Amino acid sequence: MGNTQKLKRIIATDCGSTTTKSILIEYVDGEYRQTVRGEAPTTVEKPLNDVTRGVVNAVTELEELARLKYNDNSIKFIKDEAIWLSEKDGEGVDAYVSTSSAGGGLQMMVTGVVAKMTGESAERAALGAGAIVMDLIASNDKRANYEKIERIRQLRPDMILMAGGVDGGTTKHVAELAELVGAADPKPRLGSSYKLPVIYAGNIAAQDIIKETLGNKTDLIITENLRPILERENLGPARDKIHDLFMEHVMAQAPGYNKLMSWTKGPINGKLVNIPIMPTPAAVGNIMQTIAKINNIEVLGVDIGGATTDVFSVFTEDKVFNRTVSANLGMSYSISNVLATAGLKNILRWVPFDIDESELLNMIKNKMIRPTTIPQKLEELVLEQAIAKEALRYAFIQHKEFAVGLKGGQKKREIADAFAQSVSGASIVNMMSLDLLVGSGGVMSHAPRRNQSVMMLIDAFLPEGITRLAVDSIFMMPQLGVLAEISEKAATEVFEKDCLIYLGSCVAPVGTMKPGKTALIAKLELPNGEVFEESIPFGEVRLMPCGVGETAKATLKPGKGLDIGAGKNQEISCELHGGVVGIVLDTRGRRPFSLPVETSERVPLLKKWMKEFDVYPEEIL
Amino acid sequence: MAQAYSPGLTVTKSIVLKKDRILPLKGKVLVKKGDKVKAEDVVAETLLPGKVVPFNLANKLSVPAEMLGQYLKVKAGDKLKKGQVMAETNGFFGFFKTSVKSPLDGEIENISKLTGQMLLREPKIPIQVKAFIDGIIVEVIKEEGVIIENKSAYIQGIFGLSGERSGEIKMLASTPEEIIKPSQIDDTCKDKVIVCGSLISYNVIKKAQKVGVSGIISGGIDDKDLKKLLGYNIGVAITGHEKIGLTIVITEGFGMIKMANNTFNLLKSFEGHKASIHGITQIRAGVMRPEIIIPIEFKKDELKAEEAKMATLEVGTTIRVIRQPNFGLIGKVTGLPEKLTKVESETMVRILEAELENGKKVTIPRANVEVIEE
Repeated sequence: MGNTQKLKRIIATDCGSTTTKSILIEYVDGEYRQTVRGEAPTTVEKPLNDVTRGVVNAVTELEELARLKYNDNSIKFIKDEAIWLSEKDGEGVDAYVSTSSAGGGLQMMVTGVVAKMTGESAERAALGAGAIVMDLIASNDKRANYEKIERIRQLRPDMILMAGGVDGGTTKHVAELAELVGAADPKPRLGSSYKLPVIYAGNIAAQDIIKETLGNKTDLIITENLRPILERENLGPARDKIHDLFMEHVMAQAPGYNKLMSWTKGPINGKLVNIPIMPTPAAVGNIMQTIAKINNIEVLGVDIGGATTDVFSVFTEDKVFNRTVSANLGMSYSISNVLATAGLKNILRWVPFDIDESELLNMIKNKMIRPTTIPQKLEELVLEQAIAKEALRYAFIQHKEFAVGLKGGQKKREIADAFAQSVSGASIVNMMSLDLLVGSGGVMSHAPRRNQSVMMLIDAFLPEGITRLAVDSIFMMPQLGVLAEISEKAATEVFEKDCLIYLGSCVAPVGTMKPGKTALIAKLELPNGEVFEESIPFGEVRLMPCGVGETAKATLKPGKGLDIGAGKNQEISCELHGGVVGIVLDTRGRRPFSLPVETSERVPLLKKWMKEFDVYPEEIL
Repeated sequence: MAQAYSPGLTVTKSIVLKKDRILPLKGKVLVKKGDKVKAEDVVAETLLPGKVVPFNLANKLSVPAEMLGQYLKVKAGDKLKKGQVMAETNGFFGFFKTSVKSPLDGEIENISKLTGQMLLREPKIPIQVKAFIDGIIVEVIKEEGVIIENKSAYIQGIFGLSGERSGEIKMLASTPEEIIKPSQIDDTCKDKVIVCGSLISYNVIKKAQKVGVSGIISGGIDDKDLKKLLGYNIGVAITGHEKIGLTIVITEGFGMIKMANNTFNLLKSFEGHKASIHGITQIRAGVMRPEIIIPIEFKKDELKAEEAKMATLEVGTTIRVIRQPNFGLIGKVTGLPEKLTKVESETMVRILEAELENGKKVTIPRANVEVIEE
């Protein structure tokens, strides 16, 4: 019994720091589709202090909506206050999986000998595993040793990843770092009854020293060196250990997670087994890399949440994956920090109307203290989206600085490199070669008009040349990332059909010129048979209709000195993909893109662009 | 039924309250089960390990780390006096000795023969935990702290500044809308917890600091004044450590917002009573909100804490609007349509219909209300 049983109904949840999101995936007419979704506030707060309450609420909403959808009151997903997993056909659900970033996610501290070498590799391993890196302690980070000890003591991370030294290299610095960690005797953030997990992934020659120094004080786990030689990273084993410890230690301490961990189950080889809860960003990373590999493209993705903004990218021919977390850039808990980081001026430069400054400041703080509220007034929506642009912009700056080639290694130089003058340690983020930009997170996925998501993505990331744009419709990438663990077929089918919503393409010549001069001569044969032809002056935006699955044949010639991908002044003939919004021709300039400083000049310009983008109702523009 | 709304802040005239009073590390508990304690009483204390000071002994002695052992005059675990010789080389026939003295009073944590580094620890720092509320010790957690229980009038604030303080409640505002002027704060407010109305200005806070007010309770505060007071912008809502000489509890939010009637009336009914308050706010993992605790008389058998439950949103439920428009107003739910509805911002959301205290009938996203328990 059960061996040949197909997965017919799957529930997946993502317990975020603000909201618990649930989706129902069903096997309908020979394919997997996401059919219903629900959400409820996450309940790690007192007095409930139990994450499963929020899960039950979010799944109850699924149940109600499924009943409405199928007009069938017998549909039941919750039994005895828990998710009902049943092997009987038509009863309960066949599998339940979940990701989690509640409780502030996984907070780690990493150490390395040289900050820019093994330190950075350790950071990459931790980030790739879905962690927030609270601090990087390195032998050469210029802080005095006592300051480092104080810092380790204060931070109370969930775990520490120690790297340092290539295999066979110096052991002294690694030993010294271990002594500092030992002296700080750090206590874990959640629960004082267990020892802090420390993963050592450094020079193998120092393993015994590390055991001696930290073996008794911490819960020490030793794994392969994550930078065995300077020219190569080996992040997999360290990442796997982080995931194991996340489940065993961190999640088990968070309120209600023990219960939740016993609920997440799915059939593997016909047997119902436990499916570990994944850190949300790790699950998103899984899915992003899959898209890049299947389609052989470069992808940049962003997930802007309440507390943090994650940026994921897959660049270069080798499909190098990078993830960064901007721990204090977000749209609710951290919204006030966006203001502190970007400054009021940078936010207001995206706002097409006058607003009383102190009113805006109070609005931002009120969102911070009541993070689950949503903008009911149109003006507040415009303001939140202006703040989102700045949060995204800053998160992207941090990502570009982090996503770099390995430093310190002897790079084999080829003739092409000599011309490109590429150096070790340069950012591998290349907006010109980027194929697909994906946005997700509440402010992006729940934007009332998809045109708003297009505008936010373009204004914040400034894509260059030709780039496809998409959003994760209801931010189900995390759930699909963990779903892939039990059924890759279900995950990829839902991903293609229900998850990504293609918004369209953006064409943006790189360079700058005087306003009024021709920046792009475009000829587009649109799917409806119309031919659009215009010499578009510098400083304009055009939006052309071209639907999902449709393409427009385009001939694009950049203005003098500008480049759309084939080199300065070079014409391109290509097919542009459409989407729910269409094709954007953006001649506002790149490197630099600039907005007038004077409000009297800027506001009319913003209004003109926003009208062309069709982002907001006329009355506000 | 679906619960897409925020659980409200608790405002109640009587609740059985349990407070954990735990040391940051293991130490000594000074009270026993059944003891009656006052807010100011110390219930547990410990010694926090002193700061660790790394000291490169091999370097100072100009010897290789592996040879350090033969010159040591001290060992790990030894107590140290400032100026005490820790290591000394033999020199030539007793001359040209190099000695290294301790830079501090404290003890030796570790001496590494691999790196030649010593870790010295400064003397321990005493830490005390006070009861914070008047009540009865109901549980002693060995070497860690206690759980105190009492019956209190209890108000949760939305945002606050600075740590634990107590004082007598004094009403400065006569209505929940009133805005207090600095001149209203005089010497009679010293050591008191003063209750203001809809807004406290920077000047009011400054005057309160000057007079020696223990705490301020207000409906709202302007972000600009907050920044001026602290000298920095609060990026993430983690507060409680501010050294501003008094505690501030904001009950409604930022801007001028009338204090909720039931909060104001409750405080008024306890004028002259002692209140324990703190402004500790953490709106992230393990959410913490500021609290106002006013202990009331109780009999022992009354101490039965009710199980925490989530208030339900139904027709007739009292709610507070927590976002513009109508921010801060109270109303009653008149309808809960199931279907998603488009609001002014064009967002499709689940809404509720309500009649506000000013008689206005409105529709509000469910996410933008808080349930007020009555």
